[in-house]
Amino acid sequence: MIPTSFDYVAPTSVDEALSVLAEAGDDAKVLAGGQSLLPILRMRLNAPEKVVDLGRIEALRGVRDGGDHIAIGAMTPYCDIVDDALVREHALLLAKAVETVADPQIRHRGTVGGALVHADPAGDVGAPVLALEATLVVVGPGGERTVAASEFFQDLFETSVGDGELLTEIRIPKHTGWGASYEKFVRVSHQWSIVAVAATVRLDGGSIAEARIGLTNMGSTPLRATAVEQALVGKGASDLAEACSAAAEGTNPPSDLNGDADYRRHLAGVLARRAVQKAMEG
Amino acid sequence: MTAVDDRPALEVGKDRRRKEDARLITGRTRWTDNMVLPGMLHLAMVRSPFAHANIQNIDTAAAQGAPGVVGVFTGKDLADTQGVNINAWPITADQKTPTHLPVCIERVACAGEIVAVVVARSAAQARDAAELVDVDYEELPAVLDMKEAMKDEVLAHPDLGTNKSAFWRLDSAEQGSGGDVEEAIAKARESGIVIEREYRQQRLVPAFMEPRSTVVDPTGDQMVVWSATQVPHILRFAIAATMGIQESKIRVVAPDVGGGFGGKLQTTPEEFATIAVARKLGKPCKYTETRSESMVSAHHGRDQWQKLTLSAEKDGTVTGLKVELLADLGAYVAIVGGGVPVLGAWMFNAIYKFPAYQFNCQTVLTNKTWVDAYRGAGRPEATYGIERLMDELAAEVGVDPIAIREKNWITKDEFPFTTVAGMTYDSGNYEAATEKALELFGYDELRAEQKRRREAGDPVQLGLGVSTFTEMCGLAPSRVLGSLSYGAGGWESASIRMLATGTVEVVSGATPHGQGHETAWSQIVADRLGIPFENVEVLHGDTQTSPKGLDTYGSRSLVVGGEAIVRAADKVIEKARPIAAHMLEASVDDIEFNAGQFTVRGTDKGVGITDIALATFAAHDLPDGVEPSIDADATFDPVNFSFPHGTHLCAMEVDTETGATTMRKYVCVDDIGTIINPLIVEGQMHGGLVQGIAQALWEGAEYDEQGTLVSGSFVDYTLPTAADTISYVSEHTTSPSTTNTLGTKGVGEAGTIASTPAVVNAIVDAVRHLGINDIQMPCTPERVWKAIQSAGGTQDAAPVADAQPHFDEGTPNQDPAAGTTDGAAQ
Repeated sequence: MIPTSFDYVAPTSVDEALSVLAEAGDDAKVLAGGQSLLPILRMRLNAPEKVVDLGRIEALRGVRDGGDHIAIGAMTPYCDIVDDALVREHALLLAKAVETVADPQIRHRGTVGGALVHADPAGDVGAPVLALEATLVVVGPGGERTVAASEFFQDLFETSVGDGELLTEIRIPKHTGWGASYEKFVRVSHQWSIVAVAATVRLDGGSIAEARIGLTNMGSTPLRATAVEQALVGKGASDLAEACSAAAEGTNPPSDLNGDADYRRHLAGVLARRAVQKAMEG
Repeated sequence: MTAVDDRPALEVGKDRRRKEDARLITGRTRWTDNMVLPGMLHLAMVRSPFAHANIQNIDTAAAQGAPGVVGVFTGKDLADTQGVNINAWPITADQKTPTHLPVCIERVACAGEIVAVVVARSAAQARDAAELVDVDYEELPAVLDMKEAMKDEVLAHPDLGTNKSAFWRLDSAEQGSGGDVEEAIAKARESGIVIEREYRQQRLVPAFMEPRSTVVDPTGDQMVVWSATQVPHILRFAIAATMGIQESKIRVVAPDVGGGFGGKLQTTPEEFATIAVARKLGKPCKYTETRSESMVSAHHGRDQWQKLTLSAEKDGTVTGLKVELLADLGAYVAIVGGGVPVLGAWMFNAIYKFPAYQFNCQTVLTNKTWVDAYRGAGRPEATYGIERLMDELAAEVGVDPIAIREKNWITKDEFPFTTVAGMTYDSGNYEAATEKALELFGYDELRAEQKRRREAGDPVQLGLGVSTFTEMCGLAPSRVLGSLSYGAGGWESASIRMLATGTVEVVSGATPHGQGHETAWSQIVADRLGIPFENVEVLHGDTQTSPKGLDTYGSRSLVVGGEAIVRAADKVIEKARPIAAHMLEASVDDIEFNAGQFTVRGTDKGVGITDIALATFAAHDLPDGVEPSIDADATFDPVNFSFPHGTHLCAMEVDTETGATTMRKYVCVDDIGTIINPLIVEGQMHGGLVQGIAQALWEGAEYDEQGTLVSGSFVDYTLPTAADTISYVSEHTTSPSTTNTLGTKGVGEAGTIASTPAVVNAIVDAVRHLGINDIQMPCTPERVWKAIQSAGGTQDAAPVADAQPHFDEGTPNQDPAAGTTDGAAQ
């Protein structure tokens, strides 16, 4: 379909983007890959007067070593994450999750930052970022601030990034040597997650020393299953079922054509066990 | 060197790459939406969001004043000129057929109906202005469920007084083709087996790749209509018949068309509206739908409840089959919408020797998108029902599903065989196809693995599904169609033009939309006339170039249209023969034709058919009384259908912890008669299989309680991609059809028809030991998991089919949210 007409701006620096946004106020939408925004515009679910494309801001793209963390530019496309050596070494869970996103075309266009700010609870980036206890860098007219991943997701399609602000970087503490797995449950491969579980573990002599578990599409935001994380400490590979069965506790998953809430709760438990099992394998 | 040694390798049977692919794949071709005409205007449709509503008022003022807008037309504005959508197949004389206007005037009967047309200088301007059209609707109660519709409490069309459109029956006792089915069932209740099931054929969206598009040029004496359609010839007829335009003034062109699957055999409201507006304005107009519009407004497929009663003796010998169909037509009776479920009448009995048979079909109107042919059209629905039932019978008797089929199928020595439905199958060999399929599949090894997994209580269970299907193709003998009150014949036309420079134009009345006609037709003509494959050009899809034709659907193009080409080619040879005799100074009786050469018997004197074409063009020295042309036309009307068949075997893994299903292996051995191009056949099989598998596992058009199509985009309508499929093994056995000289049977729909029950049979087989005997399509993981949960997951709930009736009036034995256990049905 054809979107309503809009002005298109493609700034080349973050400062320029911020001033464009400040000027446009409520009437602007940020284009950060466009894999969700363009369908929304084309179906006329939203009709901004100005679209600000961040695609030409080189500074927002790429992964660098930040010492105790790795820093991922918000405009880094999924496909660059999947094979990035730093990501695979220090945040394997993110690479595992991102490689399941949609299809190759979308992974070449869509960006990690775009997905985080769009905040679709069925998206695959939120849960690993939450589980890996990332810090998100947000800049606005008043300067730069950092937000913990646990504070970032506010509600369905809502984050702590305010009007006139931009997410610029995702800082992930190094989880060097942690095993990881992203168990995504879909009916067809290019689908949004029906449920997915992100698990990353640090082993100590064959049993779990630390575990981090994130849940996709089990509520209006990505969730962290802290009770499961705690229950897993000290557990071996054959002893996961009970700890993981609590994965859905306190969640409020949606009901739709792919499954009702009860089914999703059941899936979360099964997928959590499988994710942890695979994460323990490497 | 003799003439025989010069003979080129035969084209028929060769893996020719398709001539048309380079342009189709790159898109550098004449898709309708690529057409640009001078001064062309663009249309956008204003569509009803409501399933059922009166149109109180339409305020077009704001839209009229929007930038670039040339006109805004409501149904009232077009009332006298817009024509009407036709139903070409009233299945009974008293069928209720609501008037189907292209642009609604007083009332909309389903969401997505057009209420106004906006015309502007650009497509974007038209779309913007369409948002400004203010329609005042008075919502009416909508009937959405076909069983509810049968109660006639809420009416889809209040003026009709009922939702029941037509009731159609075939009874073997009445027509003398078999016994009395009620007697057979009554006897089985006393001393045999009765299997009763109710199956749901969910509604599907054809989801062709190229959205529909129409360009109309009304300038000049002739009106030209380009449309992304399967049926340019039928469209031309419909325009002439309903819009008051002389047929000879109408030219319809289907340029390259990007898929149809039956979804483009309709004459559409959008086509009529575009024509009406273009004529009103006297300017070329284009309308191209969006995918969202296509999902809701192009016709849907399937959508039946199937109540089935099969009777058998205790040893599994079938004695009777009673079919009671309820078929949702949607809001209107589409061009062949009523007839599609009726095609099942000759297919439910399938390859089995039922002594008694009855087929009942009730069509019903609802306030949903209209329903018509979708790949297979009536035959997949029937095949699903019978092939699921045969597996149920096998389970009841306690034998392998293959054994129950062997016991009941028509044996290879029994052809030609007249079935209980009255159809005569000319050829087939179910034994050969099945034997080959079993071997390729490794059936016994997989059965052994299934046993091991069951015994070990493996969380991933394995199931094997069988589908030994047949279908009727080559639609259709005109006399048969006439006896069914179908509005047209079933013949096909072809012309062959021998050009002076040695190339050949083949004009076909069949209209490809992705099948590869240009390649296959070239292969047939190359062999028949001894012309190089590259020198054959196939023309089609333009009523000016190919004035006669009945287009492409129902696996008919090769079986009917291919035979027309053979006959035209043979006429060319016969017309050239006296000229050859004249040129070779021999008697016509001594002239032989072989591989493009006319020779004088017993000599080495010869002349090529292309030399004769040139000599005819010059016409300087032709025998007396011979016209200067060797071009020829032929129209072929088949005397019978063709009956492809095959054995499809599917292995599915079911993850009992999540309900997820994974295809492990798929083998099919199809007998489609003589194969013209194995590569094209392979493509048809693989594509067809995916479409049939998709019905079993993934696709379903779902509405909410307001009558809104919830699965209205590819986010929710889960169409599979290559990433969701495995590599299929597709092989063949061949028993040539006897109803056409090529021996072909048709392959366009085989994969789709056969695969759906094979997949569901495999899933049910994987969990049958848990007490499950059905899972409703699409077999989503949630449905599979819930079936396992409600069965209690116990291993000792062996299936028990009750010989007593267990249909509760008005209630399905399927819980739409889950699968069914035997216990639940009793």
